[in-house]
Amino acid sequence: MRSPRKPAVVAMAAAAALALAACGSSGGGKASSSSGKVTLTWWTNATAGQLKTVWQQAATAFHAAHPNVTIQVEPLQNEAFTTKVPPALASSNPPDIYQQWGGGQEATQVPSGKVADLTRLSSGWIGEVGSSAQAWQVNGKQYGVPYDLHTVGFWYRKDLFARAGITTPPTTLAELQTDDAKLKAAHIVPIAIGSKDKWPDAFWWEYFALRLCPTATLKAAMKGVNLSAPCFTQAGNQLKSFMTTKPFQAGFLGTPAQVGAGSSAGMVANGKAAMELQGDWDPGVMAPLTSDKKLNSELGWFPFPAISGGAGSPATTLGGGDGFSCTTPATEPACAQFLQYIDSTSVQKKVVAANVGLPANPAAASALSLPALKQVLTYNHAAPYVQTYFDIAFPTSVGQALDAAIATYFAGQGSPQSVITAVSQARNQ
Amino acid sequence: MAVAGDKDLDIPRAEPGPAPPVPRARRRPRPRLRRRTELVVLLAPALLLFVGFVLLPIVLAAWDGMHKWTGFGSLGPFAGLHNYRLVLSDPVFRQSFVHNVIIVIASILIQLPLGLGMALLLNRRIRGRAFLRTLAFAPFVLPYATTAVMWLLLLQPGGFVDQVMKLVGLGGLVQLWLANLHLVIYTMIVVLTWQFFGFAMILMLAGLQGIPGELREAAALDGASGWQATRRITLPLLGPTIRIWLFLSVVGSLQVFDQVWIMTGGGPANASSTMVTYLVQHGFQSYEFGYGSAVAVIIFLICFIFALLYQRFVLRRDTRGALTRAVG
Repeated sequence: MRSPRKPAVVAMAAAAALALAACGSSGGGKASSSSGKVTLTWWTNATAGQLKTVWQQAATAFHAAHPNVTIQVEPLQNEAFTTKVPPALASSNPPDIYQQWGGGQEATQVPSGKVADLTRLSSGWIGEVGSSAQAWQVNGKQYGVPYDLHTVGFWYRKDLFARAGITTPPTTLAELQTDDAKLKAAHIVPIAIGSKDKWPDAFWWEYFALRLCPTATLKAAMKGVNLSAPCFTQAGNQLKSFMTTKPFQAGFLGTPAQVGAGSSAGMVANGKAAMELQGDWDPGVMAPLTSDKKLNSELGWFPFPAISGGAGSPATTLGGGDGFSCTTPATEPACAQFLQYIDSTSVQKKVVAANVGLPANPAAASALSLPALKQVLTYNHAAPYVQTYFDIAFPTSVGQALDAAIATYFAGQGSPQSVITAVSQARNQ
Repeated sequence: MAVAGDKDLDIPRAEPGPAPPVPRARRRPRPRLRRRTELVVLLAPALLLFVGFVLLPIVLAAWDGMHKWTGFGSLGPFAGLHNYRLVLSDPVFRQSFVHNVIIVIASILIQLPLGLGMALLLNRRIRGRAFLRTLAFAPFVLPYATTAVMWLLLLQPGGFVDQVMKLVGLGGLVQLWLANLHLVIYTMIVVLTWQFFGFAMILMLAGLQGIPGELREAAALDGASGWQATRRITLPLLGPTIRIWLFLSVVGSLQVFDQVWIMTGGGPANASSTMVTYLVQHGFQSYEFGYGSAVAVIIFLICFIFALLYQRFVLRRDTRGALTRAVG
């Protein structure tokens, strides 16, 4: 608690600088564009598992195809990026490629002047990614490129829906409420939620906002870090009246999202609840939480339903993803080429097989193991606008304040207005 | 204090006896220079470590707390005591402080009698004593994270605790242990008590070992009942142990983090937040390192002031005679 944070960051920056210096010298000077040979340092968050292998293979294969370009993979702990990237971008020797989640975090990095504008270099192929790529744009310029995507929607159990007499998944909020009632009548918990972790609450609040606010309002709200538009208050109000129908499991405020069979994912996996609003990764989370071998065939997916009278498009999705940014001007073309390679079908299929998310390139969809995931991917790519999770789109401190305020609202405290005020307070603090 | 009664009794105290005879100063006084060099050489490493890893970080944290700083790059604009004022005026921080105070009071009211009672019981020659001692002490040895996950699973709605309560006919008392805003802090206290009363017990047991059996025997010869001997002899002689336990318990209670963080994350709606969960939320998770540093400094000051006052007014008698004075 009384830890010397500043020296720690300085020391980390120094260590990073040393590491970079070492890499730079071993590569014989990476900015030696005159000789044509370049060495790219690549910071990824894949420290273990299949993805680490995929990246190493990609680096080797790319070097084989482009002998002038050597790529050094440097896996870092996921949590280390937030502390290591800023000092690296402030130094004269940042990594050439590094993990990028886009949104507000990317926007805070751009003023460092080190993040490469890839708009021109990626224009030939970025279209394949669809509108999700916008999450890696700042002021309309592409400063990063995703390699996988995430979409939030409803995962439901077909067997429980059938038992309650529900034939097709709901498409409107009213239908969802009718189905909730049917499930309750069949003594099934309609919806599980892991409110202990706060971010699942935010999914709900944000989807209500997505259905009630026009896209232009959402974009303006993200840009101005301001939720004062009336539709956001309306979202809070409508969410509250939805919650008065008690759609969630008893004690949902203390339920974790992903830990143990009693978590919200575990409840759906074990047939204790019929559905859950979660990311595309949910089947992967559920699998180890149950002994139900038929789980995958029982799982279905449907998008967040439309809200009648809402000004938002019912096709807008909430999501995010993982990507990379380039830095050094001398290695920019090679870096962009490499990112294009990562988004190529062959590499994307391996990324999908590593079970990290939906492919950024839909051509790799055939590698998806679950039929429902293909449906998610189609929906995501057809979306007119993909809204990044608010807590990623906003500057971190504002995003955290929003999540906390929404969680408090879920606990029955505060008001629709208190959520909006929390954002303006965090912004001005 | 627990030792107030020992003035009335003419019994030896548990304090350290008279200091052992000081070896006589050497005939030939050491030259001053040599003594000073000796001091510097012997003190320097410890002093360096202390300054570098304790004092400097505290000063730096206090300084960081005076800036708006995201933790990246150079310190942000100087804000004076703004962050400190914000922390102290934040109702969530105040709520967290109150929770810490509740935990302090609860651990004194519950763990002390429990630990003491168990120690007195297990100090007797009873069958299976070693086993019982180990059993009672076991929770304290468990990693905090393990304890937290274990209780998280036990306390799930419809989980083990609920099932057991239903089995013994207490089903009507089943609550949403971790989801009820008014109850969750007391659920946490149960978990903390479970984990830490063994520590109180083991300390008290150690203290009891240091009390000579002859005293109780003498009292028994004089016609004292078992309870009288405990009340008038054992407890007063256990004073120093109790006072040290109190100190450790209060400081520990002010810094509670792991179990709460894993089981509830301070929620729902901050109903179980502590000062340190608040620090982690607002410092690390929000990347507001300036603000977080201010929180850290405030927690430090609360603990430090308590420690100073406690040392000055409560522990003074226990440490008297244990302090080394410069000789010669």
